[in-house]
Amino acid sequence: MTRTLTALSARRRHPLAVVVLIALALLLVGGLYAALAPRAAEASTATASADDVETGKKLFLANCATCHGLNAQGGGVTVNGDTAQNPGPSLIGVGAAAVDFQVGSGRMPLAQSGPQAPKVNKIRFSQEQIDQMAAYIASLAPGPAIPTEEQLDVSTVNDEQLARGAAIFRTNCAMCHNFAGKGGALTEGKYAPSLDEASAKHIYEAMLTGPQSMPVFNDTTISSEDKTAIIAWLTQDEKRPDPGGLTLGSVGPVSEGLFAWIAGIGLLIGCSVWLGMKSS
Amino acid sequence: MSSQTTVDKVAAGIGNYADDTAGASKIVNGFARKIFPDHWSFMLGEITLYSFVILLLTGTFLTFFYEPSAAETTYTGIYAPLAGQTVSEAYASSLRLSFDIRGGLLMRQVHHWAALVFVAATIVHMARVFFTGAFRKPRELNWVIGGVLALLAVFEGFTGYSLPDDLLSGTGIRIADAIILAVPVVGSYISFFLFGGEFPGQDFIPRFFTIHILLLPAVMLALIVVHLFFVVIHKHTQYPGPGRTEDNVVGFPLFPVYAAKAGGFFFIVFGVIALIAALFSINPIWAYGAYDPSPVTAGSQPDWYMGWLDGAVRLMPGWTEISAFGYTLSLNIFIPTTVIILFVMGALVAYPYLEQIATGDKREHHLLDRPRNAPTRTGLGVMAVTFYVLLWISGGNDIIAHIMQLSINDITRFLRVALFVLPAIAFVVTKRICLGLQRKDREKALHGRETGRIVRLPHGEFIEVHAPLSDLERWTLVQHEVQRPMEIEDRVDAGNPDTLYGRFQRRLSKFYFEDRVEPVTPAEVEAAHSHGELGSDEEHLAVGDKENAAIGTSQTLHG
Ligand code: HEC
Ligand code: HEC
Ligand code: HEM
Repeated sequence: MTRTLTALSARRRHPLAVVVLIALALLLVGGLYAALAPRAAEASTATASADDVETGKKLFLANCATCHGLNAQGGGVTVNGDTAQNPGPSLIGVGAAAVDFQVGSGRMPLAQSGPQAPKVNKIRFSQEQIDQMAAYIASLAPGPAIPTEEQLDVSTVNDEQLARGAAIFRTNCAMCHNFAGKGGALTEGKYAPSLDEASAKHIYEAMLTGPQSMPVFNDTTISSEDKTAIIAWLTQDEKRPDPGGLTLGSVGPVSEGLFAWIAGIGLLIGCSVWLGMKSS
Repeated sequence: MSSQTTVDKVAAGIGNYADDTAGASKIVNGFARKIFPDHWSFMLGEITLYSFVILLLTGTFLTFFYEPSAAETTYTGIYAPLAGQTVSEAYASSLRLSFDIRGGLLMRQVHHWAALVFVAATIVHMARVFFTGAFRKPRELNWVIGGVLALLAVFEGFTGYSLPDDLLSGTGIRIADAIILAVPVVGSYISFFLFGGEFPGQDFIPRFFTIHILLLPAVMLALIVVHLFFVVIHKHTQYPGPGRTEDNVVGFPLFPVYAAKAGGFFFIVFGVIALIAALFSINPIWAYGAYDPSPVTAGSQPDWYMGWLDGAVRLMPGWTEISAFGYTLSLNIFIPTTVIILFVMGALVAYPYLEQIATGDKREHHLLDRPRNAPTRTGLGVMAVTFYVLLWISGGNDIIAHIMQLSINDITRFLRVALFVLPAIAFVVTKRICLGLQRKDREKALHGRETGRIVRLPHGEFIEVHAPLSDLERWTLVQHEVQRPMEIEDRVDAGNPDTLYGRFQRRLSKFYFEDRVEPVTPAEVEAAHSHGELGSDEEHLAVGDKENAAIGTSQTLHG
């Protein structure tokens, strides 16, 4: 919290400062509301305490409420007649998993407008702060929880389960993320990202919450064990070797064709020219 | 010595016999002492030939282990991410070939890389033949045979791509089925016939196998033999140059020089392909997984030589699918596949004959054109290449969108316009460039080569000193004849010039030859010489131009 505030004071002249100030002013009211209002639902994260929810709410008001509304009900906050440029959806019922995924992968708070919220490497919050915001959102309405250690433990997955996970991935995910999880284009500049860098937790959460254009795969569509199996297949590179050599990006025949022209034909024509020169 | 003559006599006897009966003396003689001109671009056909041989060799190896069967089996091999999956025998045997047979994966990769290189080399070879005018009389038929070979090569590649029965091959066959189904009226019958019932069924794997390893290779091999046979009979063409005429071939004899060189080149081609195959993965079927009609992967593309058709389908607007009276006419698939293939093949096969109509030229040509000296043809060729490449880009639009972070819809919108605009621009620009190069050649022939040395004349003017060309150098620049649009009286097959054909012929001829640069005539060269110091005077080109054009005409042969 202090870190965020320091950062804020340093940016007092920032155009958004007014918005943030108002948000801060409302923080108190909001805090009171949260304390007095009856608990909407049990936070699904077992460890979340009332304290966490409280801090989470403050963080939310300071960083997210401009776009997601003061009560996470969606729609931007209007300040001096200006509405937030990118009003966000309601977060009621999206669950702790969605917050952990969105903020933990740097997608939220949304930095710039574009076809879709991009993954950002610089995460602005500590895991503790993320958990607190997650606890707050989870306190509003029940929703998918952050997966447990057990659900993410791939050491118990045997070969057959791994193969099943791989098959499920091909049926449900490859159409957007490509057969090797290298990502692919969707319509209008949207894209399914490469999954090379995705952590086990984010893979699980992405399936649970279906960020942006991605569909939700709840436990009736893909069981929890199968989700773990998919993670086992995606994250353990040694379990899916590439015995053929360098993969040229694993994007299928396009890169192979390009390579055949540039390297194959290119090299052979080079040899022909060289031989042609030798003789004359 | 005497035995030598006996042998000679016998040989001569056989030769005469063959000559009398089949006119074969040309071939036998021709083959032993056949002269091959040397130029790197003539080795493109060799690259094609050698990669075909490599395909036959590696393909034979693969047939020893591949199981052409759609029967189901459980995968029990060493590749963990497929453990226990129900797969077809075809897929399981392809995996076994990749993982359990010593050298099998390398062979698969050599085979597949060689296939990509083979088709690419075919196209490049074809481009060489086109841009140099090597398809002109008497080689039109060989050009047509080549065109058929190119088409068969694509089909051969496609059937091969379908055999491992992995996700991509399945997707490919499914699209092939869609292409067939989209053919009006007969489509569904052909599909049922080909797949032995409802798609995909169990029959297509053994059928495609027979087509891929027996039918197409046999037909192609036969056509290649005929193709090379024609190359020998017609003799190889050569680039223009001093001492090279329409009646001779300057180069090395086939035995031993050329044979040794060609043999060595085979190993270079083999080496390059093997090197690529050893280092770079191709078609990782284990990663695609077994074919199953429900999944599709992002980046489901065919091999590159089908990519242009895939690209055409991607560009075609969806509203062209028409439903009426309970029938659906899938023009959205039919036009960008079957119609385009037929159109391109038609244009390819017809081209030599079309150009013949335009030139009205029935003579044999053994000297190649420098591409700049046939501006309209070169322009048309570059136009076709541009069209092809744009479709190709469209076939990879999703990969491009992903890598360059563009919107796939923007790419498609751009390409829909570009497909019609850019080839036209390419034609005009190429033609202009060719004419410009011809003008430069003309200048060079008359005034010599620019030396970059600037001299100040006594009256203060600066001029660049031009070094005269040797006669041999000049020859290459001035040897070509220039075609002019056909006048009514030029038409060889005179007849009535006002028939539809006659008008078409003149119109075509005008299109081809209206813009041209008159060739340098001996008189012009003479004039340039007699002006004293060759090339130091800027004026005489301007003066000479008009007058000598007339001389040029009288010396230009028409059909
Ligand atoms: C600049 C505006 C903006 C800010 C600030 C912002 N968001 Fe968002 N958020 C959005 C938009 C817009 C979406 C919808 C994104 C989409 O689906 O493309 C979204 C989506 C989300 C989702 C996914 C909802 C779902 O249905 O799964 C979560 C969770 C979320 N935001 C949490 C947060 C949190 C937590 C913060 C504060 C740390 C935050 N956001 C800050 C604009 C914003
Ligand atoms: C309709 C296309 C689609 C399908 C199907 C799909 N995804 Fe996604 N996926 C997306 C998109 C789009 C995103 C990016 C969302 C974002 O940036 O917020 C995404 C994001 C993800 C991420 C987050 C990656 C990161 O870098 O943080 C993971 C992990 C993921 N998907 C896994 C899966 C898995 C596993 C499946 C199959 C069960 C699947 N996806 C199916 C479209 C899809
Ligand atoms: C299977 C593919 C093919 C093989 C193996 C092949 C092989 C060859 C070889 C080795 C030559 C002699 C060397 C050379 O001129 O490059 C040649 C010449 C020729 N090829 Fe092909 N070719 C193939 C496809 C084609 C295609 C697609 C065309 C055109 C449509 C074509 C048209 C010609 C012509 C016209 C010649 C004579 C060239 C000349 O004499 O200058 N060929 N071919």
